[in-house]
Amino acid sequence: MELQARRQNRKESRPAMSEIEKTIPIEVLRYRPEQDTEPVLQTFQVPFTDDMSVLQGLQYIKDYLDGSLSFRWSCRMAICGSCGMMVNGKPSLSCKTFLRDYYPGGLRIEALAHFPIERDLVIVMDDFIEKLESIKPYIIPKTPRALSEGEYLQTPEERDVYEQFSSCINCMLCYAACPQYGLNSKFVGPGIMALLHRYNMDSRDGGTEQRMELVHSEDGVFNCTAVGYCSEVCPKHVDPANAVNINKTESAKDYFLRFVAPKGAAK
Amino acid sequence: MSANLKRSNAPIFWLLFGAGGMLSALLGPMLVFITGIAIPLGLILSPDAMSYTHMQAFAHHWIGAGFIWVIVSLFLWHAGHRIFHSLHDVGIHAGTAAKLICYGIPLVATIVAARALITSVV
Ligand code: SF4
Ligand code: FES
Repeated sequence: MELQARRQNRKESRPAMSEIEKTIPIEVLRYRPEQDTEPVLQTFQVPFTDDMSVLQGLQYIKDYLDGSLSFRWSCRMAICGSCGMMVNGKPSLSCKTFLRDYYPGGLRIEALAHFPIERDLVIVMDDFIEKLESIKPYIIPKTPRALSEGEYLQTPEERDVYEQFSSCINCMLCYAACPQYGLNSKFVGPGIMALLHRYNMDSRDGGTEQRMELVHSEDGVFNCTAVGYCSEVCPKHVDPANAVNINKTESAKDYFLRFVAPKGAAK
Repeated sequence: MSANLKRSNAPIFWLLFGAGGMLSALLGPMLVFITGIAIPLGLILSPDAMSYTHMQAFAHHWIGAGFIWVIVSLFLWHAGHRIFHSLHDVGIHAGTAAKLICYGIPLVATIVAARALITSVV
C-alpha cells in the first residue's frame, strides 16, 4: 500500500516525463525461467532526458512499462558494484553509462557475459564469491597482536603500493571482459587477482604464502594471455591486468627459485 | 569452484615464450630487413655479405652459432606457445596432440639446431 502510494507520488512528481519528446529504443535481454526456455530480447521505447543513466532507463521501464523486469542496483553512483551489465556488448556499470550517448540509435542491454543468468539482467555470481572467499581478502597479521599493542602503523609510501588495487568494487565487469574466463571459468580471473595482490602488498599482511598456491596453480595466472580488456573496462581504474602480470613474474620466479629457497607454499 | 591447486608448469613455457617474444620484437624486423630487403637489393650491405662462404664462416664461429641457435629455438618456442593459445582462443580446445605439435616442434628444432651448430663449430 505504502509502495503504491510512493509510486503514485513519483509519477506525479515526474510530470516532466510527459513533456519530454525524446525517446530511445532500449532492447533488453529477458529471461524469465518460468516462461522462457532461453533468453529473448524485448524492446521498450523509453522517454529520456540528457542526465539519465542507463540504469534510470531500466528503472523507467520497471516503474512504467513492465514491472517484472529484474536487475541489480543500489548506490547509483558507481560505488556498490551491483549494476554491471553489457551495454551494446561492452561490460559497463549501468549507473555510470548515459542514454544520451546512444541517441538516436538506441541500445541493447544484456546480462553480464560469462556468467549464468538467474533472471533477466541478474546473473549468478556464486563463482566470483567463492573465489573471493578463497583468497582470504582480509589482512592476516604476521604475528598475533594484542589490542593493547595499539594500531598498525603504515606510512603513505607503504599504502601507495596497494592503494590502486584496493579500489575494486567487485563489479565483475573485468570477468565479463576476459575471454579466458569466458573459455574456462576455473581461471581465478582479473578482479580476484587484483584483490589478492592488494592484500599481498599490504605491509601489515603476512598471508602471501597462503594466497600464492592458487596463483601458481593450474587455475592461476598463467591462464591469462595478456589481452588487457579487463583493465580497459574497469570503472575504478584498478588495472587488474597489471596485478595478473606482476604475479606471473612472481610465480615464474617462485617456480624456479623454490628449489633454492623452498617455502613449501605449493604442491 | 573447487580450484585445481596442482602447481602449473606453465612458467617454463611462459619464460621461453617471453624470451622469444622479446627477441623477435627486437631483432625480427631487423633480420627481415637485412635478409629479405637490404641484401637482395644491395642496399647498405653488399649482396656478398650473406654469401655461402660468409654465412658458413659465421656459423662456424661459436658466437655466430650461438646467435643462430638462440634465434631459431626461441622464435619457435614463442611461435609454438602463441599458436597453442590462439587455437584455444578460437575455440579449438586442442588437447595433448596440439600440445605435442606446438611444443614438440620447438623442442626438436632446438635439439637439431644445437647438434648441427655444435658439429659446425668443432
Ligand atoms: S577490478 Fe575493476 S572491473 Fe574488476 S571487479 Fe574490480 S572494480 Fe570491477
Ligand atoms: S548502482 Fe552501484 S555501481 Fe551502479
